[in-house]
Amino acid sequence: MMLHRFCIWLVCACAISAVNAEELKAGTFSPARVAPDFSVKSSNGGALQLSAYKGKIILLGFGYTSCLNVCPVTLAVLGQAVRQLGSSANNVQVIYLTVDPERDDAARLKEYLSAFNAAFVGGTGSADEMAAVRKLYGVTAEKHGSGTDYVIAHSSFVYVIDKQGRLRALMPFGHKADDYAHDLKLLLNE
Amino acid sequence: MMHRIVKTSLWTCVIVLIIVMTWATFTPITFPSRDVVFEIPKGTWQRRMSGDKVDILPQEIFLTLGIHDVLVLKNDDDVPQIFGPTLMMPGQSFRLPFEIASTNQFNCTAHASGQMTIVVDPHPDTPLQRLAWRVRNLYRTMITKLSKPSV
Repeated sequence: MMLHRFCIWLVCACAISAVNAEELKAGTFSPARVAPDFSVKSSNGGALQLSAYKGKIILLGFGYTSCLNVCPVTLAVLGQAVRQLGSSANNVQVIYLTVDPERDDAARLKEYLSAFNAAFVGGTGSADEMAAVRKLYGVTAEKHGSGTDYVIAHSSFVYVIDKQGRLRALMPFGHKADDYAHDLKLLLNE
Repeated sequence: MMHRIVKTSLWTCVIVLIIVMTWATFTPITFPSRDVVFEIPKGTWQRRMSGDKVDILPQEIFLTLGIHDVLVLKNDDDVPQIFGPTLMMPGQSFRLPFEIASTNQFNCTAHASGQMTIVVDPHPDTPLQRLAWRVRNLYRTMITKLSKPSV
């Protein structure tokens, strides 16, 4: 009887360690630090505070609605990844902070993000507020051009924040929805 | 007599070269780990602040899918360092696997120029590709050694 129980325990332990041993597709931090908290204006109205989403896995991206190349691709991929999760998608929140607060107000962000997924939340604020958040995460954003016809070269990675609010990983631009879904499933099962 | 010695030496060189080329062409490329580790040593920031244009990481890092395709950066300095878009805290490490052959430009405060390039080559599948990979790798290693900054 004891031997039987031990065998079951051993099989379970091996199965758990096999799951844990599976690696994220994203780049991972060790040790993971607490994701810096911030509060900006939400695209849904009111305040968007990162810590309010503790308990969910957060995919945090930086971009802008006039971006022609990187942002539409990233958001489309995130939309696909979230759809792949099915009902578990409720435990994942995509937050997209603008690097172009001059043009991206809350309403514009909401309209833009809704095209990818109605549950995506955008964040905006004053130029100083958004720059302060970028600094917390080491995100770069450089304006090229003048007047209303300008582009912003910006960091294209997406940060992955786990349910405990720790900055666990970052996904470089170019990864497919399957890679995001893979990592999200692993983190949701923790 | 002299002519014979030269001829023998030449033949020996040719045979050795053929053996080496055959080995480089047909032997599978294996390494104990797929990680390529770089450390930002303690005091880097202080040295930079004192005017020392110190480069810790090479300007270009070359990886190969299936062989060396995981970049590991360790920040042993006393201050946060930026790699790509992200801050690495003192004592923190960052492990980034690559799965696509590509060239990636990153911001990096560990460089005097503030820029770093990571080139990810495809896996050498055929014998000729293996030979080319080994020759290229040897060349890159020599260039890196010659231009390696003093830390």
